[in-house]
Parts: sequence; structure tokens; C-alpha cells
Amino acid sequence: MDDIQHKLTAPSKASREDVMGRIISYTCIAAIIILVISILYFITSRGVATFTANHVNLWQFLSGKEWNPGTLNANGQPQVGALPMIVTSFSVTILAALVATPFAIAVALFMTDIAPKNGAKFLQPVIELLVGIPSVVYGFIGLTVVVPFIRHLFGGTGSGILAGTIVLFVMVLPTITSLAVDALKAVPTYFRSASLALGATRFQTIYKVLLRAAMPRLLTAVIFGMARAFGEALAVQMVIGNAALMPHNLVTPTSTLTSQLTTNIGNTIMGTLPNNALWSLALILLLMSLVFNLLIRYIGKRGEIKS
Amino acid sequence: MTPNQTDRIATQVINFLVLIVVLILFFLLGDIILSGFPHISWHFLTSPSSSFSAGGGIRDQLFNSLYLLVLTLIISFPLALGSAIYLSEYAGNNWRTGLIRTAIEVLSSLPSVVVGLFGYLLFVIEFHMGFSILSGAIALTFFNLPLLVRSIEGSLHAVPDSQREAGISLGLSNWRTIRGIILPAALPGILTGIILSAGRVFGEAAALIYTAGQSAPILNYSNWNPTDSSSFLNPMRPAETLAVHIWKVNTEGVTPDAVSISAGASAVLIIVILLFNFGARAIGNHMYKKMTGGK
Repeated sequence: MDDIQHKLTAPSKASREDVMGRIISYTCIAAIIILVISILYFITSRGVATFTANHVNLWQFLSGKEWNPGTLNANGQPQVGALPMIVTSFSVTILAALVATPFAIAVALFMTDIAPKNGAKFLQPVIELLVGIPSVVYGFIGLTVVVPFIRHLFGGTGSGILAGTIVLFVMVLPTITSLAVDALKAVPTYFRSASLALGATRFQTIYKVLLRAAMPRLLTAVIFGMARAFGEALAVQMVIGNAALMPHNLVTPTSTLTSQLTTNIGNTIMGTLPNNALWSLALILLLMSLVFNLLIRYIGKRGEIKS
Repeated sequence: MTPNQTDRIATQVINFLVLIVVLILFFLLGDIILSGFPHISWHFLTSPSSSFSAGGGIRDQLFNSLYLLVLTLIISFPLALGSAIYLSEYAGNNWRTGLIRTAIEVLSSLPSVVVGLFGYLLFVIEFHMGFSILSGAIALTFFNLPLLVRSIEGSLHAVPDSQREAGISLGLSNWRTIRGIILPAALPGILTGIILSAGRVFGEAAALIYTAGQSAPILNYSNWNPTDSSSFLNPMRPAETLAVHIWKVNTEGVTPDAVSISAGASAVLIIVILLFNFGARAIGNHMYKKMTGGK
């Protein structure tokens, strides 16, 4: 009797297996969650030390133009003004996105509407190859081709925002293109059919129907590209010149948040002000990537095509 | 201007922009391969690098890149597989799953330099692991995880539900169904995802500068004891990879033939990544044909 009861009520082999499977997959996902939380926690706790332990004024940090963390200014405050890096980072990001977007949308339209068969077949590998080229190689080509070219045209060292923009343009192009292709593909075929049935030309259909219907997702594509450009470190570091100075024009050496970090974090001692100030730059990078993330979610939620 | 004329001009403009993009790619590949190829020789691939004199090779860097790639995949694949199984098979459609997906998205959007700095802070400094291959592999795991999870989840999703129902109706547990039916069916997609992510890991440098370090100590390739500090298998030694090497010789400016070294190394890097890409395609197609019985 007891034996039968035990057999009927005890968990079967199958359900024990399933519990094990659940435990394994739950552990993996928990590890990822812990990882994300600890990245956010560690970078934040390091990044705010400049303001809590070294008592730097947050506003001065964001608006100061002098970056010279080792020395004090006339008021006895350390010279940690991150504005040059912030300005440069945003300029290269926005310029690269501005240049890359028309190209990306043109390529995407070519693949989805102008030559859907052969165009897609040929351009898909082109995009994938561009994605596959590592960022140091982009940086190296920037250093050996783009920078000398700019130096030849405008004089000076050749490194600066213009060189950074050109390199980043090529780097974000495939990102924006492949997402733009998805955006255009998501527009239902009957949108196109309806427009053509009304007698619209292909360009009228593209301009008045497709681009408008796909606009929210195209915007997300551009923001994805900007997020990549903003966080790109080595390729930019190799062509930007790495002088923590306010950029006066597009061809003077300057420095982005990422390039400042990669150049200097190894030269400072943990826990000192110059080091903490660099972690604050990393915190800005982290916060900006969260902002890009939120923007993408917000636009994505508002712009779903209802069909 | 009539709409027809506008249409024609617009099409021309689009074609022109596409042409420019294609030309950029050909210029890039041409420049990398043509300027790099003359520098690739047996000597270049098999001699150690030298910092202050010309004629250094990339033997150790190439090996480090491959070793780091293998270690990264060993750490990240099981984690990614488990997480992907959770997301595609167990997760309900609720706020918790939403939160987990958000976390993965955040992780994938973090700049790789931030991920690298986190690895530096936690493993190199707090855990006293120093600049080592292991720290580098863990940092690359962070960077690799979200991509891998997404691609594995995609291929698990692509397996039709009828397969799951068939497994359950045979009296198999969920876990058995996943292991015995879903995973084999999703294998081509999973493999393609792994190889593509391997290409990205192979070329990554920003996350490695401060985790795996920028020095390549002389390695002894006949020492198979992983705990010995001169052994090539030791995971606790600092290891400069190929991508980091390209960056370092260009920014430090002490190596006299920096340009030709980085040209050669870039070409090697690109060729390996192209091989990964074509390999991914070929294996994916081959497995698909084999398993679906199509021609």
C-alpha cells in the first residue's frame, strides 16, 4: 500500500529531469542579471567618487573646459572640466549619423524596393563584411589613409573631429543599413500596392508612404548607429589626436570620452583624483548608453505599425 | 518637373549612393589586403614580436587571439545556451521576462570600453588576477553574451512548436524534449551564431587592453603544463592579442616598422574573420541540407 502510494505521489523521473533543466537555465539567466547589476553598480560607485570623495562640483565637471586632473586651478579646485570630451563625443556621433543616414537608407531602399532580388543578394554580404571588419582595422586605415588626406587638404596634424567622423561614418553605416532594411521590410506590401494603384511613381511611394510608415523604426536604426558611434573607442582614439582641448574646428586634435579613457586609465593610480575623474567619464558613457536604450524603447513603442 | 522625372532622378541618386557604399567596401578590403599581403610571410607569422626594432612577427599575438577565443567560447557558450533556453522555452510573458530582456539589451548596448573597464576593476584589481588571459576571456564573455543569447534564442524559436508537442506527447519531460529534439533541430542556427560571434571576439580590442594586457611575454610552445608561467597554455599570463597589437604599435610609436606590421596583422585579422564568415555560411547551409534532406 505504502509502496503504491509512494510511487503515485513521488515526483516522476520526467519531472525531476524538468526541475534540473529549470535550475540550469534559471542559474544562467540569474548570472547575466547579476552581471548587469554589478556592472552598473561598480562603474557608478567609481564614477561618483569624484564628486563624493574629491568634492568636485558636478556642474563644474560638466561645464569646465580645462582638463588637467593633476593640477589645481586658481580657486584651489582640481582642473577636471569634461566639456571638451563631451562636446567632441557628441559632435563625432551626430556628424557620423548625419552623413551615414542618407547612405544607409539609400542602400536599404535599393535592397527592398529598387532591386529586391539581385540587390539584396549582392549587398547583404557587403553589409556583413563591413560589420565584420574590426574597429582597430578601421582605426589603422583612418590613420594611414584618412588622416594624411585631411592633413594634405587642410594642413595641421590631420587628426580631429573630421577624421573621427569619416571613420565612424563607415563603422555605423552597416549597423544603420541592416536595421533600416528590417524597418522597410516591416512595412506591409499592401501599403506599396495601394500607393502604386493610386498611380504614384516609385519615388512617390517611397517618399510619401514607405519612409513615413517606417519612420519610427528608421529613427531607432539611426539611434542604434549613434549608440555604436558614441561608445566606439579605439578607432576614434587612433584618429582624433587625443588632446583634451576644446575643439575649435573640425581639424584640430581633440579627444572623446572613450579616447581619453583608453589613453589615460592605465597611467593613473587607482583611487586618486585623476583616476576617479576618468571613471566619471566612464559613468557618462554608461549613462548615455542607457539614454540611447530608453530612446529606442520609447520610439519603438510609439511607432509599431498596426496591421 | 513631372513626377516621372523626379522618380528617375531619385532612382539615380539612390543608385549613386549605393555605388559609393560598394566602392568604400572594395576600397577597404583592397587597401587592407593589397597593403598587407606583401608583409605576410612565414617569418612574419612564426617569429615573436619586437618592440624597438624592425622585423618583428606576430606569432604569439596570433596564438593569444586564438587561445582567448577558445577560452571565451568555453565560458560564454554554456551560459548563453542556458539563458537562451530559459528565454525561449521557460520564460512566461510577464514583467519578469521583460526585465530580463531589458537587462540583456542594456548589456549589449554598453560600449565595449566600459565592459573592459569593468573587467579591469573587478578581475584585474579586486580579484588580483592581474592582466591575464582569463580576465580577458571573462571580459569578452560579457561582451559576447548578449549577442550569443540572442542568436541562440532566435534559432530555438525557429524550431516549430509541433516538434515540442511531439516530444511532450511521447511522455518526455520538457527538459528531455529540449535536449533531445529542440537542440539538435536548432543546431545549424546555433553553430552559425557561434562562428559569427567568434569573428567579433577575434577582432575585439577595446575590452582587452586593460584586461588581457598589452604585453606578450616570450612563450614556450613545448611546455604543456598550464600552471607554469612560461607555458603557452597558462591562462594567468598577460596576453596581447592581434587586434591589441595593431592598436599598440600604432599609438606607442616606438616600433620602427609599425605601419608594415599593422598592415600585415590587419590583413591576417581580416582573412581569419572572412574565413569565419564564410565558414558560418557553409556550415549552416551544409547542416541545413543534411537535416532537411533537401538538395
